[in-house]
Amino acid sequence: MGVKQLGIVGQSVKRRDGIGHVTGQTQYVDDVFYTGMLWLKMVRSPISRGIIHGIDTSKAEAFPGVVTVVTAKDVPNNWYTILCLIGVEPNDEPVLAHEEVMYFGEPICAIVAETEAIAAEAAGLVKLDIEELPPVLDMEFAISPDAPAIKKWGNNTFMYDGYNHRKLRFGDFEKAIQQADHVIEGDYSLSPIEHAPIETHCCVVKPEPDGRLTVHSNTQALYFTMDNTAIILQVPSQRLHMIGGTVGGGFGGKVDVITEPITCIAAMKTGRPVKWRWTREEEMRKSSTRAGVKMHYTDGVMKDGRIIARKVRSLEDSGAYHRHSPYGVQKHMANLPGPYTIPNVWVDAYCVYTNRQPSSAMRGFGVTEATFAVECQMERIARTIGMDSWEIRLINAYRNGQMRPVRKVVEDATLIETIQAAAELIGYELPAHLKAMSSDDYAGNGGHHG
Amino acid sequence: MESITVTFKLNGKTTAVAIEPLESLRTVLREHLHLHATKAGCGQGGCGSCTVLVNGEPVLSCLMLAALADGQEITTLEGIGTPQHMHPLQAAFFDRFAAQCGYCSPGMIMAAKALLDKNPHPNRAEIAEALAGNLCRCTGYVTILDAIEDVVTQMQEA
Amino acid sequence: MAKHYGRGIAAVNYPTGMNLGGDPTQALIFCQPTGGFSVKLASTDLGQGLKTVIAQIAAEALGVPFDSVIVDTGDTDSAPHCMGTFASRATHRVGNAVIMAANEARKALLDVAAEEMEAAPEDLVLENGEIYVKGAPERKTNVFNVALAAHFKYGKTISGRGIYLKQKSSLDPETGACDPDSTEAHATTVAEVEVDDETGEIKVLRLASAYEVGRQINPEMVKGQIVSGAVMGMSHALMETVFPYYPALDHHTYSFGEYIIPTALDIPEIESVVLEYPSSNGPYGVKGVGEMTANSPIPAIVNAIYDAVGVWVTDLPVTPEKVLRALEEKSLETH
Ligand code: FES
Ligand code: FES
Repeated sequence: MGVKQLGIVGQSVKRRDGIGHVTGQTQYVDDVFYTGMLWLKMVRSPISRGIIHGIDTSKAEAFPGVVTVVTAKDVPNNWYTILCLIGVEPNDEPVLAHEEVMYFGEPICAIVAETEAIAAEAAGLVKLDIEELPPVLDMEFAISPDAPAIKKWGNNTFMYDGYNHRKLRFGDFEKAIQQADHVIEGDYSLSPIEHAPIETHCCVVKPEPDGRLTVHSNTQALYFTMDNTAIILQVPSQRLHMIGGTVGGGFGGKVDVITEPITCIAAMKTGRPVKWRWTREEEMRKSSTRAGVKMHYTDGVMKDGRIIARKVRSLEDSGAYHRHSPYGVQKHMANLPGPYTIPNVWVDAYCVYTNRQPSSAMRGFGVTEATFAVECQMERIARTIGMDSWEIRLINAYRNGQMRPVRKVVEDATLIETIQAAAELIGYELPAHLKAMSSDDYAGNGGHHG
Repeated sequence: MESITVTFKLNGKTTAVAIEPLESLRTVLREHLHLHATKAGCGQGGCGSCTVLVNGEPVLSCLMLAALADGQEITTLEGIGTPQHMHPLQAAFFDRFAAQCGYCSPGMIMAAKALLDKNPHPNRAEIAEALAGNLCRCTGYVTILDAIEDVVTQMQEA
Repeated sequence: MAKHYGRGIAAVNYPTGMNLGGDPTQALIFCQPTGGFSVKLASTDLGQGLKTVIAQIAAEALGVPFDSVIVDTGDTDSAPHCMGTFASRATHRVGNAVIMAANEARKALLDVAAEEMEAAPEDLVLENGEIYVKGAPERKTNVFNVALAAHFKYGKTISGRGIYLKQKSSLDPETGACDPDSTEAHATTVAEVEVDDETGEIKVLRLASAYEVGRQINPEMVKGQIVSGAVMGMSHALMETVFPYYPALDHHTYSFGEYIIPTALDIPEIESVVLEYPSSNGPYGVKGVGEMTANSPIPAIVNAIYDAVGVWVTDLPVTPEKVLRALEEKSLETH
């Protein structure tokens, strides 16, 4: 395939930031220090679910070197959800918990002190009176009628246009599954994982003489963070000056707007620069994870390998709050059928709440999980009906011009071409009829035409 | 606690610094002396991003009490090269795209330097072994190993 | 008691960008008096190399040397809106916005050059900072002279504004019909593994992949993403979990001591080929590649394990313990 040669585009020029990285000159957020800078440490929930009866900060406040303690009442707009910027409702997460705690490690109040060590020591002096409740941890239980509703709206799923799941309906699954030669089922699940960037979350805020705040952040999305922070602080966005753009690894873990609002409040309250950096333990246990996901596939397959029907039920574990999960489930839904032409598809995708640290975006979010299930399921089909692993994929691969279940016409398809190239790379000789296939040609695609 | 003064040779220069007795060498380097190349990925001894050389040996500076550095010779990434005069390892990391986000790079380069100072001709497996305590979440390590091998080859040719 | 070899494949697609609520990014470009071009972005480089590829795209679109392009990222006071770096969107969205801004700046530059050279702007060629009249290469000037003239003789600005917006797509709650992305990249990975039926241990021997990425702006950096993804995918398949007894909370990890990710000792042989089928809407045909690379290795490895020992372990991560349990179950079934 000939691609037009360009000038500098297409050349492996060296990284612009490379010399800074290898000589240690690149400035990351934790490398920002100001004179008179204070340090912040968070007091967090020691349990997974409970009702807060009291937060006694008096001892911490009296501790030498502590400058202030930030609690929920210092947060102008304490209830938020970051995707409110694109219309996701309702605001379901407190910046600082004050009525109940929903996960182990949930932020309750922040100690601001002259040194990080003092802040950490004083954090241990806050007395929490929390009545413990049994946590809801299992997704199947969470969506069963027996589960207590942990969300204020009375159940444990995100509500999509009045439904407790996202639906994808294409063709007539029920009819098609009756006509299939084989019905092949599979269960797929993934445990929550951590982004594990080597740089942890960090934020430094400096109040400026003109009343603005300079915010050094390692967020992956500066404006998104700025606008969400402004909503929480109830100040116009232009009072914030976000500086960032250099991140020590993100992988989706740094788009939650999780350090900036509290650090800003601490800086406003004290009138001094404040730094809040997360420990590795906080990064592992308190920052959001990739969601745990459980999927069940039911496929109707013909003897010749054509998949004529696919039904998927998927549960995605959002943890205690929305964060990015309501959107992730939607992206997941769109990708659960896989890059194959299947005329009859039925998908139910649930965004489920449990009492664990929230999950959120992570590299491939929604798609990684679907892809894992689809490709194992394809192999299972091949093994069950006795067809070659390459062939099952090639005959079902979507072609340009065909209709995906989301009712978007396929363009830019090259699945077939990558399969052929991979075979060539490992020296596997595909039979001639498979080698001849192309994404621009329906031939061999089981006769379904777009 | 009373602060104490430690004196060590840092990147070739005798340096005295007042510290809290329980502060780590990493904290002293980064927060008292403002040498920020040494990174702080975990503070638990688990990532290697804080690797510096103490008397030529690679040490996780987050786990070493600064007080124990008294009288020792400390080398940080700043001490082995600058943007104008990069150490061969720095130049090789740059040429091979071995730093992506760059957060692991200082520790990686120091661990590699400790190896090459002792064994100028390691094979790829020995290099990987020497880096086993240094995590990188971005590169998948291949470019890092390539970069170090380049330096080994250069040294063999020279 | 033996080690079993297995091979598995996986073929995947990956959507570029998102659509929910609309997905825009802006860029501004201005020319300095001596012909340097500053590209102002509020975008973020996570290590994937955005600052570099954007400089390449801007230089290409402007027709000026790479070194004369400055990319300023990461400051909301000095640059317009960007949604952020996620969803494999950055190079696609930012690149498109930069090309649009570059085209406007280039036009402003050529208008001044035309006046200075007494030629029609459409007759001018701008290449690598040199400007000449088509068919008459001896009638030439350069960006340096034209930029100076624009500033101090004509009082003209040379600048450009760019935006790329993926329109918000509605989603039909009954059918799920929507337009979820801008383009699709594709990949196929072949995994080769060795499974020890006594210990349950899995060793990934080789990951060989073909990636189709539309267009590579910087091939070494694409390769960087491929290797990165291969290792992260392998790790996801075999090593990682925050809750080893999920959904229970027991043994919740808190350090790299228990949360295991690969080290330099764990790297399989990684090979790849890259195909380029330019997309219709990406800058120079780009598709997003950063996330996809971590996806295909996962099912390829799980399929290879099945190939090796005949058990499906489809609950990630595939730990030795799970492999052994599955083998035991299988042997009970067959006896
Ligand atoms: S910071 Fe010292 S090993 Fe991670
Ligand atoms: S380059 Fe990002 S951690 Fe190594």
